[in-house]
Amino acid sequence: MSAQSLKVNGGSHALDVDPATPLLYVLSDDLGLRGPKFGCGLAQCGSCTVLVGGRAIRSCVTPVGSVAGAEVTTLEGLGTPANPHPIQRAFIEEQAAQCGFCLNGVILTAKALLDRDPKATDEQIRQALASVLCRCFAHVRIMRAIKRYARELSA
Amino acid sequence: MIRSSRRDFLKGTGALVVSFSAAGIAGRLGTGSASAQGLGRPGTRLDSWIAIGDDGRVLACTGKCELGQGLYTAQTQLIAEELVLPVNRVTLVQCDTELTPDQGTTSGARSTPTNFNRSNLALAAATAREALVRLASERLGVPAGKLEVADGVVRVAAAPSKAVSYGSLVGGRKFTIALDPNAKRRHPRDWTVLGKPVPRLDLAAMATGQFEFVHNVRLPGMLHGQVVRPPAVGATLLAVDEGSVRDVQGLVKVVAKKDFVGVVALTPWQALQAARKLKVSWTKGVGLPGQREVHEHLRRRRPTRDTLLVDSKDVDGKLAQAVTVVKATYLHPYQMHGSLGSSCAVADVQGDKATIWSPTQAVHPHRNTAAMILGLRPENVRVIFRMGSGCYGLNGAEAVSYDAALLSQAVGKPVRVQLTRKDEMAWENYGLAYVVDQRVGLDEQGQITVWDCETWSPVLGGRPGGNNPGNVVTGLLAGFEPAAFNPRSPAPDPESFNNGSNAVPSYVVGRVGTQFGGTGGVKSERVLSHAVRSPFWTGPLRSPQRLQNTFAHECFMDELAERAKADPVAYRLRHLRDPRLRNVLTTAAQAASWEARPSPGPSLSKRGIAGGRGVACVLYEGDNGYCAMVAEVEVDQDKGGVEVKRLVVALDCGPVSNPDGVRNQIEGGALQGISRALLEEVTWDDQQVTSIDWRSYKSLSLGYAAPVVESVLIDQPDAPASGAGETSITVVAAAIGNAIFDATGARVRQLPFTPERIRAALTAAARR
Repeated sequence: MSAQSLKVNGGSHALDVDPATPLLYVLSDDLGLRGPKFGCGLAQCGSCTVLVGGRAIRSCVTPVGSVAGAEVTTLEGLGTPANPHPIQRAFIEEQAAQCGFCLNGVILTAKALLDRDPKATDEQIRQALASVLCRCFAHVRIMRAIKRYARELSA
Repeated sequence: MIRSSRRDFLKGTGALVVSFSAAGIAGRLGTGSASAQGLGRPGTRLDSWIAIGDDGRVLACTGKCELGQGLYTAQTQLIAEELVLPVNRVTLVQCDTELTPDQGTTSGARSTPTNFNRSNLALAAATAREALVRLASERLGVPAGKLEVADGVVRVAAAPSKAVSYGSLVGGRKFTIALDPNAKRRHPRDWTVLGKPVPRLDLAAMATGQFEFVHNVRLPGMLHGQVVRPPAVGATLLAVDEGSVRDVQGLVKVVAKKDFVGVVALTPWQALQAARKLKVSWTKGVGLPGQREVHEHLRRRRPTRDTLLVDSKDVDGKLAQAVTVVKATYLHPYQMHGSLGSSCAVADVQGDKATIWSPTQAVHPHRNTAAMILGLRPENVRVIFRMGSGCYGLNGAEAVSYDAALLSQAVGKPVRVQLTRKDEMAWENYGLAYVVDQRVGLDEQGQITVWDCETWSPVLGGRPGGNNPGNVVTGLLAGFEPAAFNPRSPAPDPESFNNGSNAVPSYVVGRVGTQFGGTGGVKSERVLSHAVRSPFWTGPLRSPQRLQNTFAHECFMDELAERAKADPVAYRLRHLRDPRLRNVLTTAAQAASWEARPSPGPSLSKRGIAGGRGVACVLYEGDNGYCAMVAEVEVDQDKGGVEVKRLVVALDCGPVSNPDGVRNQIEGGALQGISRALLEEVTWDDQQVTSIDWRSYKSLSLGYAAPVVESVLIDQPDAPASGAGETSITVVAAAIGNAIFDATGARVRQLPFTPERIRAALTAAARR
């Protein structure tokens, strides 16, 4: 155990944890956040995605010690049901989900790409999502929602 | 998600409550296995469906749960529709053994037929509306027929200012009304809430990370568990070396009970470390049949349990007389549910009482089996449904709930368990491998005169129901046997028609006695199935057996059409009697601008990319939703790859509760069907399953360039509502297989359609 400081969604947290602990467990268990989820623990499915400095990373294989001091954003850090972030709103408007478990990884991965490159092509979007899974296969709607957000960014 | 407690609500000053009137009605309404088996508690039975408070709020209870299929929203629409209210006035509580009626399992596309027709939840809401109108009639002194209802207010039609709200009708009084089997449902033509694309009520919370999945349940003082499963199928426990984890920080306890082994720690990371480090000795496994020979293994395995679904007793003679006999064998692999989030549950076992937060599809039956696992009385166990990651059938939900319960009991504190990816994938109850032998006789015109079908499929365990915790891995490890395999051969003659999960092809008459249960015209028919013991756990996976059978029937139908040199759509119509099945087929063909001609296409080339189209149709389970699909594909004949370019689906599921929800199900089912048709296959070596993560078990990722799925909904306002969640997936593999044939002349009879299998079929076709 050792003292770790973590910045999450604009707030600072001082934690006493083993620095080798994957960031995911700190976020979901110590901080009680519901956005990042354990899907595989192997960085193969995207469920645990968070943004660190605007980049989408896999928190299930990222030791918490390696992101000390960095700005971590989770899905709940973007917006709320009453006031969703535009990319969250796009998913709600397109009804782009079934069980909803994948949304965390999908939304944050797409946001990281499009905020960097709002004009990303369909192929580039798919490339970014190539290791994100949705087992309900809401692919068609998910792509529509992502492109809706991309259009809003470019407008 | 929904915090309201039914008890608190009913404690208010006044309410109108609709309940079952008696156990007799409950049984007749088919409310589920546990009560029917006498496991319910007379006197304290949960029998209320709907309560309307004196503030006009509506609280409804349902035994059918949201699994990602949109049922929570659709059921809320249903209550709102029957009570003529906006959806936001309705609070729905789903699946809690202390609060909601026992409706068995949420599965098999049966929730809509169960709750949206003249029964159960729908009837309860209609009963409530009629009761309120009667109260209003007394209050206003106007006959009920002259009243109308809108927005929770009953008015005199001719004098709208004379009105009274539901809330004031209830006032401070208590009413308990028996569910009226004759209550009149609002007709789909008059619907204002049902039948509309009401957005999912839970989606905003999901998209913003606020939604409480079972994975997010946190209790004060909660500990974290991990299980240690055997290293091989059939291995049993020899010894656990607790000393091996003595130095793991945060370790609370090592738990071993018969062959069940687990650890409990303060944090999930510590639990995982302890589980990895714990030295456990096991016996060797029982050994597994070779992966390549598995279908031969199924065919040869004894004993068998045989079922004869139809037998016209003239099949062998008719085959001998046929001008042409066509034979083929179709093979399906074991496939897994592969939930995105591995299964998770939280249990709090204190002394002789337990509460389990579980993603189970069957809270009431689960209560009973969890009680068996824990050695507690069922009435002392409460099971509360919390949504998990999409399950598509029996994933690890039941097993992990037992895991959490056993570990919590061992430490006397609440314990959360989320399985590792490997523990989920190596031990879940897989969808069945299948062998289907087809033999059909044709006359001079190519018309089918006789259809003979024989199938083999493996079984081990399944849904635990109310009595068989040993039907999933944890139950067995903890000392419970799986449901007995009862050999039976030869099969007795059928007593009544059963479609047998679409084992009966759509094109036969399905005659048993005087009953014609089938949808087709072929009179000489025999369908015989053999169940054999499986080396792996098996259980329902979306469109269980219906997909496997439909793949074999619908591909074979195209083989027959080819022999008859007929267009596949026209050839199907020549053999189909059911008007609604004919209708979905022609609707899909029209929507896809289907060009009537025999397959393969006229411009067959041996190399490069070849395009083609295929069709398939089904009446799901023989009575629960009509679906037809046209698939357009491109086959890379050099590499053996398949790209699905377009899917057109026509669906008839009776009156549509939520058209956008149904389209979402069609799309998801269609694409999941592509993933299963092209990639998915459980693998193993001589000891254990080797498809244990997303590299060894392939799923189409979101990087997949999915085809557009065009869906045509055929609304049938006067028909009963039927299921829609498992129809489109049922026909995908067959439609793709037929499209591959149309493009290349190569018939692939084994799923998944891997490049190797396609190349082999291309080589075989070139030799023909």
